[in-house]
Amino acid sequence: MKSAVLSHPEPVFIPEKKVWLEVCGWKVPAGFASPAADHTRKRIDLNEHLIRNGAATHIFKVKGDSMIDIGIYEGDALLIDRSIEPRHGNIVLAVLNNDFTVKRLHRRGGVIKLVPENPRYPTIVVKEEEEFSIWGVVTYNLHKLY
Amino acid sequence: MGGAVPQLALVDCNNFYVSCERVFRPDLARVPLVVLSNNDGCIVSRSNEAKALGIKMGQPWFECKELAEEHGILAFSSNYALYADLSNRVMSILSDLAPRHEVYSIDECFVDLTGMPKLREVSYAMRERVGMWTGIPVCVGIGPTKTLAKLANHVAKKHPRSKGVFNYNALSEGQKSLLLQRIPVEEVWGVGRKLTKRLECHRIRTVQDLKQAHVPTLRAEFGVVMEKIQRELQEVSCIELQEIQPDRQQIIASRSFGKMVSELPILQDALSTFVANACAKLRGQGSHAAVIQVFLQTNRFRKDLPQYMPSLAVPLPYPTNDSLEVNRWASYLCERMFKPKYQYKKAGIMLSEISPVTHRQGDLLEGEVSSNGKLMLALDTLNQRFGRGTVKVSTQGAFKDWQMRQERKSPNYTSDWDEVPMV
Repeated sequence: MKSAVLSHPEPVFIPEKKVWLEVCGWKVPAGFASPAADHTRKRIDLNEHLIRNGAATHIFKVKGDSMIDIGIYEGDALLIDRSIEPRHGNIVLAVLNNDFTVKRLHRRGGVIKLVPENPRYPTIVVKEEEEFSIWGVVTYNLHKLY
Repeated sequence: MGGAVPQLALVDCNNFYVSCERVFRPDLARVPLVVLSNNDGCIVSRSNEAKALGIKMGQPWFECKELAEEHGILAFSSNYALYADLSNRVMSILSDLAPRHEVYSIDECFVDLTGMPKLREVSYAMRERVGMWTGIPVCVGIGPTKTLAKLANHVAKKHPRSKGVFNYNALSEGQKSLLLQRIPVEEVWGVGRKLTKRLECHRIRTVQDLKQAHVPTLRAEFGVVMEKIQRELQEVSCIELQEIQPDRQQIIASRSFGKMVSELPILQDALSTFVANACAKLRGQGSHAAVIQVFLQTNRFRKDLPQYMPSLAVPLPYPTNDSLEVNRWASYLCERMFKPKYQYKKAGIMLSEISPVTHRQGDLLEGEVSSNGKLMLALDTLNQRFGRGTVKVSTQGAFKDWQMRQERKSPNYTSDWDEVPMV
């Protein structure tokens, strides 16, 4: 690859804009300082409140209506945290036989069930020979109202 | 800490790109899987199943089509947005666990565990945490130097008995030499295929051979770099942990085109995208460049076509990181070099003479400097918020012909609101 360096003076682009010369390059503050200046605070950052562990949190969108009784509707956005140890009663994103599903985790006396929040759906009892894992724990549901 | 043996760990993600694709596709957990390079050309990442079927690293995908159909091998285009996000997650977890660390590549990180009690437990905990939080499996190799840590990582990957963690420091002297005798010299960091051949002429075949090679001969034949490697194998640290990434001295943005291009406006369009990316990097590190170079390349593999690989550089009137300004020069240089009868396969720009913005020398005649400063800030903010390429420089991306072929790309699961996974 041959390389050549063009030396000045080479074509100069002439800006179409006018160039204004400034006498003084900075602004001189005049008048009173804002009485609120000492009291400014950072605005609330939703990330800080909704996400306890950024490195482990993902967003998924909801398909279907198996969880509508606790207000999880189709199209809602779920925050899912992989760093939380799933416990009995948590809403979880589970992987059952290679498929994702959001359900309430029931884990008592060596029995694992995935419980829907809609009477039209059956509770799933996870059999021992089935492939089952929990992808993450659902921490928030973002439901659009407007 | 004077006399303590350094405990340097290399944490390396297993089959990283393939592992990233699997995080959001549990149905592919056992399917043989590969990820392809730009333009879906070669294989750059393989799942263990694909490796077992004999697929080689770097192999062109078209060579594997038959094998793929027979065994149901799936191929993905590279999804760099996804890989970069998952990489950042892995690295941030590691940096929380150990204050001294060096991100070495997209899927490797050196971590200094010197002086930490319960090294074994810490290493397994590190592996487990990254696995649980990100879904990416990693291996940990520990040694007294970077070179030995890298080698220990190789052992952790190859031997299932290690369960993903291998500590070279925990071996006796006898075990160490037994292990190094069994590893071919090719596996040593910095020893490539070419050097392996030359070392073979000196009967240096295993890592142990290299470790014990005659020092003056080695230096005379292979130079100081090889001597450094040898010293590292002898547990003398020669390659320091680089905790802070030094600012880039050159920024190159280039790409091969999805199909060959022979029109000037399309080349200029491609260059404007490269300029936009390179200038965003400059602004990201708070610096500006004083020289821009543009190059064009025809397809050197097509011996049947006429070849033309010109390159032209120009010093900028004043250092800048303004996309519009740099783009004007890129377009101009491209026009100067462009010859119509050729078919171009690749183009790119290189920005050099990079310095921090604060060091800029004023110039009486330079006119309205950084008149676009606010515009660039707005551009960066919008592109960060809504995805790269939301706001573009005039011609940028107006023609689609040159863009990467990515027919098999997975969705931007983590970086695009409209592409987050559905469950």
